[in-house]
Amino acid sequence: MGYPHPSHPRETPVISKYFGDPEARTLAGWQKRGGYETLKMALSMDPVDVQNIVKESGLRGRGGAGFPTGVKWSFMKPDGKTHYLTINADESEPGTFKDREIMRWTPHQLVEGTAIGAHAIYAETAYIYIRGEYTEPIARVQEAVKEAYAAGILGANAMGSGKRVDVHVHKGAGAYICGEETALMNSLEGRRGNPRIKPPFPAVAGLFAQPTTINNVETVCAATHVLKNGADWYKSLSSPTNPKSTGTKLFSVCGNVARPGNYEVGMGFSMKEFLWDLCGGPPVGRTFKAIIPGGSSVPILTPEECEVAVMDYEGIQAAGSLLGSGGVICFDDTQCMVRQIARLARFYAHESCAQCTQCREGTAWTTKILERIRDGQGTMKDLDTLLEIADNMTGKTICVLSDSCATPVVSGLKKFRHEFEAKIPKNRSQVMIPSLTAAVA
Amino acid sequence: MTAPVAPANPGMVTLTIEGREVIVPPGTNLIEAAKTAGVLIPHYCYHPSLPVAGVCRMCLVEVEKFPKLTPACATSVGEGQVVHVHSEKARDARKGVLEFLLINHPLDCPICDQAGECELQDYTFAEGRKDSRYMEPKRFNPMEDFGGDVLYVPNRCILCTRCVRFMDVVARDPVLNVSERGDRAYIGKFEGSDLTHAWAANVVDLCPVGALLSKDFLNKARAWELDRAASVCPSCSQGCNVMLETRDNVVVRIRPRPNAAVNQHFACDVGRMNYRWINRRDRLEYPQLRTAQGLATASWSDAINAAASAISAAARVTVLASPALSNETLFLLGRIAAHVNATAVMTVERGAEAPLPGVKDLSLRAERAPNHTGAELFGFTEVISPLAGLGANDLLIVADAAGAVGAIPDGVRVVVIGTVLDETLRATAVVALPIANFAEEDGTFTNLRGRVQRFQQAKAPPAQVRPSYRVVGELATTIGAGSYPALASDIFASMASSVPAFAGMTYRSLGLQGTMAALPAGVTA
Amino acid sequence: MSLHAMAPEGHDDHAPYAPVFVGARRTELDELLTRYPTKMAALLPALWMLQEDRGWVSEDGMAEVAQVLDLTPAYVKGVVTFYTMYHQHPVGRHFVQVCTTTPCNVCGAEDVVNTFLKETKCGELGVTSADGRFTVVEVECLGACGFATPVMVNEALVECVSVDSVKDLLAGLD
Repeated sequence: MGYPHPSHPRETPVISKYFGDPEARTLAGWQKRGGYETLKMALSMDPVDVQNIVKESGLRGRGGAGFPTGVKWSFMKPDGKTHYLTINADESEPGTFKDREIMRWTPHQLVEGTAIGAHAIYAETAYIYIRGEYTEPIARVQEAVKEAYAAGILGANAMGSGKRVDVHVHKGAGAYICGEETALMNSLEGRRGNPRIKPPFPAVAGLFAQPTTINNVETVCAATHVLKNGADWYKSLSSPTNPKSTGTKLFSVCGNVARPGNYEVGMGFSMKEFLWDLCGGPPVGRTFKAIIPGGSSVPILTPEECEVAVMDYEGIQAAGSLLGSGGVICFDDTQCMVRQIARLARFYAHESCAQCTQCREGTAWTTKILERIRDGQGTMKDLDTLLEIADNMTGKTICVLSDSCATPVVSGLKKFRHEFEAKIPKNRSQVMIPSLTAAVA
Repeated sequence: MTAPVAPANPGMVTLTIEGREVIVPPGTNLIEAAKTAGVLIPHYCYHPSLPVAGVCRMCLVEVEKFPKLTPACATSVGEGQVVHVHSEKARDARKGVLEFLLINHPLDCPICDQAGECELQDYTFAEGRKDSRYMEPKRFNPMEDFGGDVLYVPNRCILCTRCVRFMDVVARDPVLNVSERGDRAYIGKFEGSDLTHAWAANVVDLCPVGALLSKDFLNKARAWELDRAASVCPSCSQGCNVMLETRDNVVVRIRPRPNAAVNQHFACDVGRMNYRWINRRDRLEYPQLRTAQGLATASWSDAINAAASAISAAARVTVLASPALSNETLFLLGRIAAHVNATAVMTVERGAEAPLPGVKDLSLRAERAPNHTGAELFGFTEVISPLAGLGANDLLIVADAAGAVGAIPDGVRVVVIGTVLDETLRATAVVALPIANFAEEDGTFTNLRGRVQRFQQAKAPPAQVRPSYRVVGELATTIGAGSYPALASDIFASMASSVPAFAGMTYRSLGLQGTMAALPAGVTA
Repeated sequence: MSLHAMAPEGHDDHAPYAPVFVGARRTELDELLTRYPTKMAALLPALWMLQEDRGWVSEDGMAEVAQVLDLTPAYVKGVVTFYTMYHQHPVGRHFVQVCTTTPCNVCGAEDVVNTFLKETKCGELGVTSADGRFTVVEVECLGACGFATPVMVNEALVECVSVDSVKDLLAGLD
């Protein structure tokens, strides 16, 4: 299968195996494909054993941070407190749309993974927080949850195990920052989606001040396959040269590329082969100018850097960027990098929650300067100012939204400085300030 | 981050801040720990009476072995930590925050009430950039009346959220919010629900900048023109510690003064607004003696002597004192009452109780007098009708209680010791001795829990007005009820040696936070 | 054109406010409340119900939600204004959100927006067309970047909208 393109022979479809297969959406179809067998097995296991298998597999969080999933689960001890599992389906990092397809095509895959995750952390209740814009994925997952309850897979006696597993779908309402785990918890609690200061960490006091684990959609789905086929099998899917990044990863590819879509490959895949063979390279008659490999918040790479990069956590870091959420954004030679970086900055300025000073003011200021340069009103001094603002915005705030805004500015200015300079009128020192009345109106 | 280290001082945490050794209890945050070493870590959103928000990012400090700068407000002390507040990295971070805070700020200090007591101004002056690199149009939002005494000027707001947290957590009346997000955010409220909570005006003090202003104080004075005196709020028996702020001998503002045992950092709106009477111009300014032509100005010695004679000549004496007088003055009045076997009474005005839910035992108390407890200690009994039973040849001493006196029965002679004379007293007084009000003299009040707290003189009394303790002391000396010194502190010492509840206390031992009196059984407010 | 005139049918903002959480909606909310340990957690879902029924989230609506969840209206308003999907004003019958964030932007999303503004006769972003049919806004990342340009029309997502397909898309709407 595969969606929107049939799977490429070089792909390793595990999670994406049934993308494009409408029958897999239903409970009957999912069970026909072996669905919920793993959950039944997991519910009969000691949670510690589930944690250990996942630990052994080397599975790392697929939301962006790459924290080892088994280790995260092992923070949750049977302490008699109410535990919560929260599934982060607020996929909102520009360039990323993998969880959307998981939920659209295989909602039961998510429900099963969620139930397994809940059991693994001694939780009876799990919430799947899906961004509000994902109307179809919400409907699909809600339908799957309903079917699972009706079939006794979820509820007071999940699959006859005697254990309670409740799964609820919670709909977001439009805020990128709710993809940040503590902001998501606040949002779920009915608050503004403001990230929280840590400590306390979610495993100590998270959702409703109870011990909480937050996992990405892809992570719990992968964990199901790990449990089903074993840790060794999972590790065999990825390049043996790097034991730190194991299994498969869904990459979303978008922008100026011949075949945009989701691709599932083993960790350690060659980025060159990925971009030029699997995704078909740039659109006809064009060349790549820049690639952002892990969602809009990571440093921009040049095509030359991509050609030698290996697609896993360490490989992309070695190339000068981050694997992030696996959202690959391609820019071809017709794009103006100043314009696109300004547009990215505007995104972050729009999404800043307004808590931290550096982020609230810095994202908006960065945007204004970039848009001024884009419009031919910049000065050379602006470029230095941009870098200094970026420095002031990095590593100083509660969450990393501020850093995420600074990152493309810094890497863009480093790698495409000539494009910025070309936008600046020669010898300009004075700046034309837009009329105040226009600004006030 | 670091392996547990055995504490150098058991039960405490020992660390180094700016090269100074600091020993504090576990769980103390770095801002409070630094304070104990005399180091101020600049901050905006942090406030000791509010939950930590950690949003202004002004208090970022460098802690050795930490990978990045850490917010001092949200970081607990750790054994052996080495903290740098003024390292280059920390200073650069603050400089960055200050620049961000100022880019959209109107820089209108010359017309801003907060100027001179503005933390944005102070820190910018201390460590901000000299120039502005911001060349874009500034954000603009209109001013908004938040109701109560509060005006919101959003352009000056730094979104520290102290006001929101105060209304939410301390007042438990969440009428303020942060609205919108990103650089469009502002402090908002819901149409129709205003800052009408009895303690709402505290948000003005909590605001570190000129974004929340007192409408009452608006454009009245510049902060640097004000003289300040430590005082105690006279509006109820809670005894909130306050600062009386005067300009040109006129009280223009009352603001809370921190006292963890009484009012933390807060004062209620009633207390804040209740200052105009202190400045009233129709005062009793000179000693007055009854003559054939009515009351006439007399010398202090003649007036005191006349009052003494009137007391000696009377068959029965009633002393009606105000529970708003100081311990010192009430003590002396009690001595006079005891000497002539007088009835000592008071009336207490009552109003609605208005607690501040987030602070234990803090409320605008029903009894609207600051020294109800003190008056009871000195033998004054609360009555409804203080003049009941008075008749010919009885003497009534009205000590700053003009409001409590109704129609005076025929034949009753009246001696007034007070700040004002109303029509009734003007018509009946045989002698009137002008005294200072609480803002014009030193003294102490005993609050409803028995805490004895000093207040200091904030302004000069008018004309020939003398401190109440001195006037009553001279009168007591003249009638032979003992011999009393002329200074408040000495009278207090004399009181402490003779009244068990105050045993061992001196002005010095009271300090500016007060100490608890040993209340005898039966004395409660 | 006043906001009142632009209000979707039956949503006269001068008419007395009729509560949303009665009857079946109230039952639905009560069921929802059993899923969470706090009432506050039902705030986002309750606001969604309000918007589904009324087309937008009015101040009266916020006050009602506040009342049924034991919150203050100011608190609710702070939350409403944080999230972009709650309409604080009435919008057109078809609320068109065009993603213009970077991945779509490089594929020509701005041209798509401009085409929508022209074809719907809205003219400006956020302004409802004179016939009350359309409101067009730019939206930040719809999470369908591989299907540039994704456009949401009310609850439906349309993938791969191009300048050329806007007219056809609009023709299918009433």
